[in-house]
Amino acid sequence: MNPDVARNPTETYVDPDPHVDADGGVHTRSSTALLRDAGGRLAVLVGPVVLFAVWWIAAALDLVSETLLPGPVESTQAVWQAATTGTLVADLQSTIYRMLGALFLATVIGVPIGILLGASKKVYRRFEFIIDFFRSTPVTAIFPMFLLIFGIGDASKVAIAAFAAGLLVLFNVAYGVMSALPTRKMAAKVMGASRLRVLRTVTVYEALPQTFVGLRTGVSLALVVIVVAEMFIGADKGMGYRIINAQQTYNLADMYGSILVAGVLGYSVNALFLKLDNYLVHWAGR
Amino acid sequence: MSSTETFAPPAPVDTDGGNITITGLRKRFGNKTVFDGFDAAIPKGRVTSIFGPNGCGKSTLLNIVAGLIPADAGTIDLGRNGTEPRTAYVFQDYRAALFPWRTAYKNIAYPLQIAGYSKTEQADRIDELAKMLGITFDLSAHPYTFSGGQQQLTAVARSLAIQPDILFLDEPFSALDYEMTLSLRDKLQEVFQATGVTMVVVSHDLEEAVYLSDAILLLTKPPTQVASLLEYDAPRPRTLTDVASDEFNRVKAEALRIFQSEVRR
Repeated sequence: MNPDVARNPTETYVDPDPHVDADGGVHTRSSTALLRDAGGRLAVLVGPVVLFAVWWIAAALDLVSETLLPGPVESTQAVWQAATTGTLVADLQSTIYRMLGALFLATVIGVPIGILLGASKKVYRRFEFIIDFFRSTPVTAIFPMFLLIFGIGDASKVAIAAFAAGLLVLFNVAYGVMSALPTRKMAAKVMGASRLRVLRTVTVYEALPQTFVGLRTGVSLALVVIVVAEMFIGADKGMGYRIINAQQTYNLADMYGSILVAGVLGYSVNALFLKLDNYLVHWAGR
Repeated sequence: MSSTETFAPPAPVDTDGGNITITGLRKRFGNKTVFDGFDAAIPKGRVTSIFGPNGCGKSTLLNIVAGLIPADAGTIDLGRNGTEPRTAYVFQDYRAALFPWRTAYKNIAYPLQIAGYSKTEQADRIDELAKMLGITFDLSAHPYTFSGGQQQLTAVARSLAIQPDILFLDEPFSALDYEMTLSLRDKLQEVFQATGVTMVVVSHDLEEAVYLSDAILLLTKPPTQVASLLEYDAPRPRTLTDVASDEFNRVKAEALRIFQSEVRR
């Protein structure tokens, strides 16, 4: 437990952006504030340390059969070895490429259609059911259909992930466009902006915060779908393929290690999008 | 100086700009009739406040005249002088009206971009506006880093950018604290003196309305008619000492009397 946090229980949250206060003023920060921030950042590490400790103790005391649960040290060693001499980097790369491909397709298809649908509540109503239906359908249930259309290569893995992510992007963009402030659009209109200019200079920006929510949740879902697809739809590379392969050959240190790596990938993608969101949509909620 | 109560459309106060003339205006919201054959004349080249009981359609009237919302029937004549007069609008909610993704500078440049000003012309005009409004804060910052008064001042600068003939203001002070209100009120007075732009201000504060205005358009309860068009012609620049003057208080009392008789009607 971080002593600073213990002494000051009101400060246990982690401020997402400690440099800017509520009214937007930028603080000149004292050294104690800097120390407190450093303490706050370290507090994030408490969870992982506890997890590793429990894992290590469980493995060391043989609480779980050793063949089923290798310790954290063996697993991290396996990751290191696989990264330096094995195929981990290639697997990671191919999962990332597929994910980026799916994200790209989801964006170029989901954003324009989302804007079109959101621009008119009437139009959105007509498609609302279809969007909600496919959003609620377990995407894994549609795997066979995509296999029929796109075959068992990369195309079907990327396509189905793009489909799942695209719906999330589309839905969020449409929602963002629909919830654009009427006053802001009116302000642009009264200054003589054409419909197209209002769309380009106001509506798109108004939809941006919600678009980022869609992109962030979409890319996370795309990663899930791709890892599953790599496990069960003939792949010869990728994190999903690696994990299922390690499980089937009882290379469990590598399996746990690869799960960790996949987790780190998912976490990093989410964190990256949050950072990007904070940077690009700095005005949101102000 | 006419301050006699009249329920007929007021005699136009003809200045060189003529009048904004509203004839036979009808507007309903659902089954609520706000205007049913409403006539009014708002003098141009002057500052006019619109004041009246709650729900009498002050803002609706402003929005219809400014072209923001359509009327069900009736004509609005902005008093063209050969060319269509340029209009601009200042919203009550400056946070919702400014574009938070643009810096204050880019916000003010927005109507200039639409009007096709070059980058240097934009810079010159924004410089002029900053001088006229006495803007000392950093326009390269985003509006959400500003105080309320600074944000509304940015919105006012944006509305004045294209040199409008008529400026519509919908309760421009109502989201500001008292100090900010005083300061922005005086800035608007300076703008009026410097440019002569016709100002039509919706107000819910009688003192503020009288202080700023040459004419006060008093409205009745719905279906809304003009209760009276009062005039206040103290010389400008008016200062806080005017607020204590006999004439100010006479006009204010007269307005209050008409307002109260309208509320009780």
